[in-house]
Amino acid sequence: MTANLNYKIFGDTSILIEWEPVIAKDVLRDVLAFISKIEATYISGIQVTTAYNSLLIVFDDFKVNLSKEIENLKQIYLQKSKKIHSNNTLWKIPVCYEDEFGIDLKEIAAEKNRTVNEIIEVHTKTVYTVYFIGFLPGFLYLGGLPEEITMPRKATPRLKVEKGSVAIGGNQTGVYPVESPGGWNIIGNSPLTFFDVTKDVPCFAKAGDAIQFYSVPKKKYNDIKTLVNAGVFQIESEDYNG
Amino acid sequence: MVKVLQTGFYTSVQDLGRFGYQKYGVPYAGVMDERAAVLANSLLGNTTNSAVLEFTMTGPKLQFLSNTRICITGGDFLPIVNSIPIKNDSVIVIKKGDILSFGTKKSGFRGYIAVLGGFLTDSVMNSRSMFNNVTKHHVLQKDGVLPIDNVEILENQSYASLAVDNTYLEEKIITVHKGPEFTKLDAHQQKKLFNTVFTVSKNNSRMAYQLSELVENRLKSIITSVVLPGTVQLTPSGQLIILMKDCQTTGGYPRVLQLTGAAINTLAQKFTGDELAFSLI
Repeated sequence: MTANLNYKIFGDTSILIEWEPVIAKDVLRDVLAFISKIEATYISGIQVTTAYNSLLIVFDDFKVNLSKEIENLKQIYLQKSKKIHSNNTLWKIPVCYEDEFGIDLKEIAAEKNRTVNEIIEVHTKTVYTVYFIGFLPGFLYLGGLPEEITMPRKATPRLKVEKGSVAIGGNQTGVYPVESPGGWNIIGNSPLTFFDVTKDVPCFAKAGDAIQFYSVPKKKYNDIKTLVNAGVFQIESEDYNG
Repeated sequence: MVKVLQTGFYTSVQDLGRFGYQKYGVPYAGVMDERAAVLANSLLGNTTNSAVLEFTMTGPKLQFLSNTRICITGGDFLPIVNSIPIKNDSVIVIKKGDILSFGTKKSGFRGYIAVLGGFLTDSVMNSRSMFNNVTKHHVLQKDGVLPIDNVEILENQSYASLAVDNTYLEEKIITVHKGPEFTKLDAHQQKKLFNTVFTVSKNNSRMAYQLSELVENRLKSIITSVVLPGTVQLTPSGQLIILMKDCQTTGGYPRVLQLTGAAINTLAQKFTGDELAFSLI
């Protein structure tokens, strides 16, 4: 797609580029395609961050001429995309939905007039798109939560949500990568590490990848956790072209 | 090595911050007042990114277990080595066993302690800046030790204290650019942003400064987008929140203004009850 983009100078050394305000996969693809063109042109000296429909470029050079850079970027956007090999991955994420972890599941089931198992079934059959990482280190913004299991945030946030908690907040679902306060409804816990400071690339998933959850019993959860802590757990994954 | 005898109210190791990891949701962190930290490092001949201690409201009490030179900058907290008062913005020779402490706050809100070669705590993702869940601790620990270089031979040279212009510590004008959603405000709201004397509320920290005065707001939240240190958000209830160095990488409130780098330094030296006014550059 060739979108009508909005370029704005943002502070002393940054440029914000915005697409139309929607959460959509074709916008995500266009954002990611633009990033690869930008990174092919600017080898160094910039940091790029993205969200659903926006892209931020922070220049290292505090004397950068931002108006001139905007003209450059407009040209770069119009360049033909090299047919880049898609290297996106679908990650299979184990989750234990048992009572011990899924502390808000019964409430959601009651609200939705469903059984707990039906809620879990809908949550696990869906393939979610990773739009970007934000909020907390390693927190994946996932799109695609089915309408039938959306649930408003809790009126009063919990002061402490455990690391690995899998939760639903409004029309979003996600995993708390670290312990944090939080207002989302907690439906389970994943034994995986979503943010590992010891790795140069601290998150296994990236924008454009996809996530699918699968249900594991407590024993399997513990086994996986042991392997994760030993650094030898291989996350199940496959190529993704969604 | 430096031993932490008392931590002070909120003291952490900071350099210029963590760059290139925002795409993983990692905050920039780094010194709140870059001007002060860079000055301290420059006076010592360190690289500007050398790690310093940033303290807040009250200073720490430190014992040096190595010979070194130090420099204190930022707010003036009446520093003392052993029982002798020393000056901010000057290079001080420190001998093994010396104790650095502070009196009461005279100006500013944050002070900086630099040592020769910088504090050599663990670097995580190319930065020593402390942040929860990234580094082991987010503040100094009492009785902890901080590694620094030992200087074998200390010349008995005395260093002149420089006449540094620190008027920014008292500056009330916060210089800003228009934020991405500024033009969505109506003329009345835009005017109000620049005609109001705002007060720093008690909710001020390394993450954000909230202001006490409200600006009536009818703007809807935006689709979660990127934010930066210095981004001024306007919440649905009309509260202005100025994001600072430990802020999240993304946010959903309209971004009405963006502080200049110099304004972030100025704001970092303000605390509860201080007044400020925004001015477009």
